[in-house]
Amino acid sequence: MSEAAIELDHVSKRFKRTVLKSNYVTLKDLILRKRRIPKKGRYIEVLDDISLTVPRGKTIGIIGKNGSGKSTLLKLIAGIYRPDSGTIKVNGKLSSLIELGAGFHPEFTGRENVYINGILLGLTKQQIRERFDRIVRFAELEDFIDMPVRTYSSGMYMRLGFSVAVHVDPEILLIDEVLAVGDESFGHKCKEVIRQFRAAMKTIVMVTHDMSAVEKWCDEAIWLNKGEVADRGEPRRIIDRYRENVRADEEKTFEAAHDVGMNLMGKRWGDRRIEISDIRLLTGEGEEQSIYTLGEPTVVEISYRVHERPAQPVVFGVGVFSPDNICCYGTNTDIEKVPVILEKDEGTVRFIIKENLLIEGTYFLDVAVHAEDGYPFDYLQHQTAFAVRSNIKDVGICRLPHTWELDT
Amino acid sequence: MAVLKTLALDVRDLYKYRVLIWTLVVKELKLRYRGSVLGFFWSFLNPLLLMAVYALVFSVYMRIQMEHYPVFMFCGLLPWIWFSASLLEGVNSIVGRGDLITKAFFPPQILPMVTLLSNLINFLLSLPILFIFLWASHVIPGWPLVFLPLVLLAQLFFTLGLVLALSAMNVHFRDLTHILGNVLTLWFFVCPIIYPLKQIPERFRFLVDLNPMGLMTLMYQDIFFYNRFPDIKILGALLALGVVIVVIGNAIFNAYRESFAEEI
Repeated sequence: MSEAAIELDHVSKRFKRTVLKSNYVTLKDLILRKRRIPKKGRYIEVLDDISLTVPRGKTIGIIGKNGSGKSTLLKLIAGIYRPDSGTIKVNGKLSSLIELGAGFHPEFTGRENVYINGILLGLTKQQIRERFDRIVRFAELEDFIDMPVRTYSSGMYMRLGFSVAVHVDPEILLIDEVLAVGDESFGHKCKEVIRQFRAAMKTIVMVTHDMSAVEKWCDEAIWLNKGEVADRGEPRRIIDRYRENVRADEEKTFEAAHDVGMNLMGKRWGDRRIEISDIRLLTGEGEEQSIYTLGEPTVVEISYRVHERPAQPVVFGVGVFSPDNICCYGTNTDIEKVPVILEKDEGTVRFIIKENLLIEGTYFLDVAVHAEDGYPFDYLQHQTAFAVRSNIKDVGICRLPHTWELDT
Repeated sequence: MAVLKTLALDVRDLYKYRVLIWTLVVKELKLRYRGSVLGFFWSFLNPLLLMAVYALVFSVYMRIQMEHYPVFMFCGLLPWIWFSASLLEGVNSIVGRGDLITKAFFPPQILPMVTLLSNLINFLLSLPILFIFLWASHVIPGWPLVFLPLVLLAQLFFTLGLVLALSAMNVHFRDLTHILGNVLTLWFFVCPIIYPLKQIPERFRFLVDLNPMGLMTLMYQDIFFYNRFPDIKILGALLALGVVIVVIGNAIFNAYRESFAEEI
């Protein structure tokens, strides 16, 4: 029983480009000799020379960005795809929670679907009969089991699929991002199942973006990057490395976006009686910049143009948002009792941050000019972005100026 | 030889998965008969209506001089419906069940086979109706009926080979379905189903002689309608042909099989 549960030996997998684009060749094309695809560049390498062993009884978490080949790897292990080269050995009965409820027929009742699904997963009729009640109870579908599956909600559907799959009693369980299924109480149940599986020394391979799950449950994490194993080992360490890499990548794309002067996603509204004609991000010395190091002075320069003088007092405001749209900081001239008197028709307003203490990451800027009562003249949402870099990996929104005093 | 070896493996696999096949066939049939008032009889309405229309056109309008013409036609029409429905449904059996293909790893041959078998059962269930018609027309089949299983087997093999090849190729060439529909219509008319063999001029006889489904039709008519034994030599040849077609069909299927999960 000491041998590995799953062994991958130099496994590579590639997909045809046409397949990925669902660009099917028709017989007509073939006969008319149209659309010849050049041999070169016809394939996309999804997994490249992967060698792995998963020891029996261990829980392994596979992490990586979308498109890094995680799901493909899982499908290879499940036997759904075949590798283009290399070998895959699976020692033990395997059940996969990859596409839950696949094979359910909407016209059939839950009961009928449990039987069909169970047989698909390799159970005998007798075994399904024995486990039927447990399956239904676990899925919490006692009252609905004799109704057609088409009447089920998507949560019910998934629950039934999950329930059948775990009652197959596998030795190896493959999980692809299913923990997010269903409501909270079902989520607890799923976690309970995983706990039991772990306690029973079964092998689990899970693909997930939920780093806390990996940290909590996995004995080992494997980080896939662009079809290769970038690193593997103790989950905490791998997760850190992975996160660091994601952050670095994000900023690269951020810079690239700025280089081409991309118009960032965002909206703009207001009657433009006063128009914001330009927003510039500057250093303390007045140089244009969009990537700041922690603690650096950051200046937001707003150029305005007055088309029609409003009767009410004018307010300028600035807001800083994180990519998940959390307002990190927001203020305006009215809150801070800064009088705004527009004598010129064109001018600039500078918002000077003496020390930019936001934690490392990318931020979006909202800039607005509006009336005292909030009526917008020009409101630019998320039209400008900047990034903060730091060597300190603290967490939260911004760094509170502090020191540590130790008396140890 | 490698082809035969994988065939042997495939056959063994199928035996292993017989419960699954049977479950899927039952499911298929249940689906067909469920949710309609007439239920079971819906699937016979189509051949009955077809028969009524052909009877009207050929015995009333065109005045084909033939005794019990509608029953005669029914003898060939039912097996043809088994054949054409199996192909038309089967050609999409892989593409249409992407959910199953990408899920469990069972031999995908099962899927076209299920459509073939459920249509076979449908055909068998319609036989009592055929016998009622025969009896009503005072045509009573006798001993030649013992050959029916062999004819069925020949058609089963022949259709299986075709449907395996077509369902696999359809994964790559999605316009196959449309082509198949047209081909089947032409094929239907060159089989002596709605007209007796003697209506065909000698120089066109090859359209039947070289046409497995044409020959098959003649055998069904022999057994059911004329109460005579089918030509053993032709039956043997058809069985042999069926086996060859299955081997070829399965080889084609296996050649495409690897890429199913990706292409669906």
